[in-house]
Order: sequence, then structure tokens, then C-alpha cells
Amino acid sequence: MQAPKLSIGVPAKGRLKDTAASLFEQAGLSLRKSGHERGYRGVVQGLDGVEVVFLSAAEIVHQLKAGHIHVGITGEDLIRETLPDAERSVEFLAPLGFGRADVVVAVPDYWIDVGRMADLEDVAVQFSRAHGRRLRVATKYLNLTRRFFANHGVAGYRIVESVGATEGTPAAGTAELIVDITTTGTTLKANHLKVLEDGLILKSQAHLVAARAAAWTQDAADLKRVIRDRLREAS
Amino acid sequence: MAAESARKFEALEAQAASLLDGFRQAGYEQVAPSIIQPADIFLDQIGEALRGRTYVFTDLAGEELCLRPDLTVPVSRLYLERHPRAEIEARYCYNGPAFRFQPLGPSPTHPREFRQAGIECFGAVDRDNADAEIVRLAVEGVREAGLKEFRLRFGDIALFYALIETLALPERWRLKLRNYFWRPPEFHALLGRLAKGERPDGDGAVAALAATLGTEDPVRAEELVADYLETKGLPLSGNRTLGEITERLLDYAADLRADPLPKDVATVIDHYLAVDAPSREAADRIAMIGQGAGIDLGPALSALARRFDLIEQAGIDLGPARFATEFGRNLEYYSGLVFQIEAGPDDVASTVAGGGRYDGLLRSLGAPVQVPAVGSAIHTERLLAAIRGLS
Repeated sequence: MQAPKLSIGVPAKGRLKDTAASLFEQAGLSLRKSGHERGYRGVVQGLDGVEVVFLSAAEIVHQLKAGHIHVGITGEDLIRETLPDAERSVEFLAPLGFGRADVVVAVPDYWIDVGRMADLEDVAVQFSRAHGRRLRVATKYLNLTRRFFANHGVAGYRIVESVGATEGTPAAGTAELIVDITTTGTTLKANHLKVLEDGLILKSQAHLVAARAAAWTQDAADLKRVIRDRLREAS
Repeated sequence: MAAESARKFEALEAQAASLLDGFRQAGYEQVAPSIIQPADIFLDQIGEALRGRTYVFTDLAGEELCLRPDLTVPVSRLYLERHPRAEIEARYCYNGPAFRFQPLGPSPTHPREFRQAGIECFGAVDRDNADAEIVRLAVEGVREAGLKEFRLRFGDIALFYALIETLALPERWRLKLRNYFWRPPEFHALLGRLAKGERPDGDGAVAALAATLGTEDPVRAEELVADYLETKGLPLSGNRTLGEITERLLDYAADLRADPLPKDVATVIDHYLAVDAPSREAADRIAMIGQGAGIDLGPALSALARRFDLIEQAGIDLGPARFATEFGRNLEYYSGLVFQIEAGPDDVASTVAGGGRYDGLLRSLGAPVQVPAVGSAIHTERLLAAIRGLS
């Protein structure tokens, strides 16, 4: 086999995995695992010169930033969270129409005095007066939260990092509100949380993106266009 | 960024030694607080904006720690460790590294690792005198280090609080104005909203509920809110209490009934915040704004004048020093005087030193009482660059 000319990162687990694989299928680009590396590498049937690297969606962002892979499929939420100036490191080639999720600010639904972001700052002041500490926001989106809250002039809070079951933290008392992804809102409702009227931080979906830092040969650029066009048609 | 050259290191060391010499001679004890600090205490004080620029990490025991982003909080903690009752007057000086993430990448003027030489004065009850002493030591420090041309800028947060206190305003609006002071765009928007008499909006049912609440019977108000929550199937399940929700709904109800903020009151605040002039002239202008509005800024204004007198008596020329009422609006823990020493041409001015009064900080770090506190820190790399004519 000839040396690969372009490497592509494809989600190997999580919510993007299965849809990504079937999208390639529909685009006439079946992914096949290869080699002895426990299935972390693969090829695209019918498209020579492409090496597939199976990674987690979060790891794909890091590999794109470093330029270790040419293109990758991952969620916009992870890109915006990990790369403060995303457009400088990556080029968004095509939205893929799956993995849709909103990153939102949600508060307990009994906070009937709170409807918008502007209310949060007032609540933060009241809370620190009453409890002697800052309002805590549970999230895994540290950077998105910081930027969004700063843009809305909300300052009197602090973030507690949460990597799982974030929606349960307000009831458990380990945070007062959350920033998290939601698809249908069912989980939020079940946990007695409501999204603030102007609390939509990002409408995310899976994207095909290219790494600016990768080594781009003419062949790599050509293969990138082929993959982009086929995935666009199929999505 | 690579480490500095041996020559620069020696120059910085020599400069720090001379700064510390001056501080020690003025009666400031040299201390060396820990570089690694507990993240929790720190972040609760400085807020998320600086957290975004602080190196926070978790150690192998799972403890959340940080590299100190400045030395004021560590030195304050050191004071409280030595004097938990905070009843002792103490003066400390230091020189040591501080660390800040630079979003645009580290550069010679914005290094991620830099050394601060500074002074902190705790428990001195004559505040004006202590303020003047700190300004004098900072100015003498940079001057003796070899900085010939520099500009002083002043501000005073206490004066703004005094203004808000004397204006005819409901307490809930005072609280808001004080809090939003730190975020100029939101402050401006809030002032506009209050002056236009714009009603708070929101869920119609909640507005209707708020309208039924009366301030004269808070217990009854809480009952009504509890009933509402129960009917709507909204369980109280977090740390915010029924009392807190009710309190905000009562404020909301009061806003619904209130007249808008009188135009002349909004104008006074606008005029006050526009003052930016040579120090003495600025003080006169603020006095005139007060007289025009028929309010007495009393002690805060005379404290400002007395402080200027003391600074001049210490041999510092106030002529070229400016005072701006807006100055210091981005430094949340300050409570009174704020100042900066700037060097270099106006358009690319470099802040070589800064400081101010922070009477609220020690209390929130656990002191049993409010502790008068004022200090200043010199950015030693910038000072060296300014002296060498580099920017």
C-alpha cells in the first residue's frame, strides 16, 4: 500500500460515531478498519491515499489544532470550547446535519424571578450576600461559559467543572445553575431546569473541518475537496 | 518564551534589591508568601474573569490549586495566618513571581511569568495617611530605580459610593448601581433603563403574582410564592431559598409601582462619571457637581482633598497627575483610592505600577472584622524596560 496522502479523524465513540459511519456509507465512502493497531486506523474504500484515524470527538479537535490530521469530523461545541480563536486553527468545510445539540444556560425552574441573563447578575449579588459565596455554574464548557457570561455582563459567579450528570448538580446542591448541551430538552425538564430566554450559547452540530496547521500537498487538497463534496451531497 | 538572559536576570535582581531596600527602610517587613495557592479561596475573590487568566491545576491528591496571579491575596492570607483576629497594624513588602495566562500569547510587555515587587499595609486606621504613604513609596521606588519620566493617575471608588449614597434613590437601585459600576456598558444600560422607567418584563403569570405581594408582610408574601410554586409543580430543590425568590419578586413589584429615576439624578451620575482632569481641578469639579445637585459629598470629598495634600507634602508634584472618576472600574476588589504609574508615550503607555485600597478583602478572606488595607505592586520587568527606553 502506498503512503497515505491525507489523514481524516473520525469519531470512534460517543454520540457522533454511528451517524458519522453511516454518512460515509451513504456518500459512497465506506470506512474499513485496517492493520493490527486494534482497529484505530482504517481506509476509505474506493478512495486511495486516505488514512482514517478513529479518535474521540474531543481528541479530533486537539489533533486538528496540532495539524497531525488534515481533516476531521467533530462537534462545533467542542471546537469552539477548545480553540478560543477557532477560525485561526481550523476551516469549517461543511456542516453535516447530525449531532445537533444546543449549548444552553439553564436554571432551576422554581427560580420564577429569573428569566434572562440580566437577572443572573442580580441573583449573583443577592446570593453572595445571603450565602457568603459566589453563584456556582456547573459545566464542562469553561471557555464558552466565560465568554458568554462576560458578553452579558455577568461576573459574580464561579465555574465548577462537571464532566457527567451536570443536570443533576443544582438539585444535589453542588451548583446553582448549569451550562450544558441539550437536544430535546427532556433531560432538563426531568431535572426541573429551564433554559433562560436569551440563554442559547451555541447551536451545535457535527462539522467536517480542515486543520490549517497540517502539511497540505496538492494531493491532500484534492482529496479534501472530494470528501467534502461527497459528504455535502450525502448529508 | 525562553528564560531571560543572565544579564537581564542580574539587572532585575539588582532592581528588586534596591526596591526592597527602600521598602524595608520605610518599616515594611519582607515576606515571601507561597507561590502555589489554594484555588478555591483565590477564585472566590477574583472571579471568573481573572480565573480565565490563572493557571489552575489539580494535584495528585485531588486538591485544586493555582499559581498566584498576583501577590495581594497571598500577602493578605499571610497576614491573617499570623494575626487571625486582625487586630494588629502590619506592613509587608515582597518581591516574587506571579503568573498569568496571556490570551494573545506571552510577549515582553505581557509575560505569563513576571515578578512583582510591592508593599501592603494592613490595619492603619488613618486611611488617608496610609494611602499617601503607599503612593509615596511606589513613586520613590520607581524613581530611585531610575525612571525619570512617568505619569500618575488616580481614581476613588469610595467617592462613587458616596455619591450613590447621597442621591435620592431606593436602596434596591443603589445596590444595583454599586454592583454594575464595575461593568461600564451594563452600568450605562441600567441607568438608561431606570431613567426611561422601563418596566421589568417577564412571564405574565409571575408579574401578576408579584403584583399581589405586599412589602408590609414578608411572611405572607413568602406563603403566596410557596402556594404559586406548589400549584405550578415547581419544587424547591436547590440552594436558593424561598425567601430569596420572594425578595426579588418584591423588588420587581416595587419597580412596577415606582416612578422612573428622575432625569436630573441620572444626569448627575453621568456628569460625575465624565470627570477626567488634573487632580485638583477634578476635585473642584466634583464639588461643583455636588453643589449643583444640592447634595453633600462631605467626608469622601474631604478625604480626597486631604489625601492630595498629604501626597504633595510627601514631595510628589500633583500638577501633571490626573484624576478620573471612571478609573479603577475594572478592578473589583478595590474600595477606595486607586492609582497607576505609567511610563512611555501616551498611545503605548506601559503601566509600571498600580495599587489602591481594598478594605473589604480581608473580611471576605475570613477576618472577623473589616480591616483597612492598602497596597501597591510594581511590575518589575516593565519598569526595567521603561528605564532602558524599551516598550
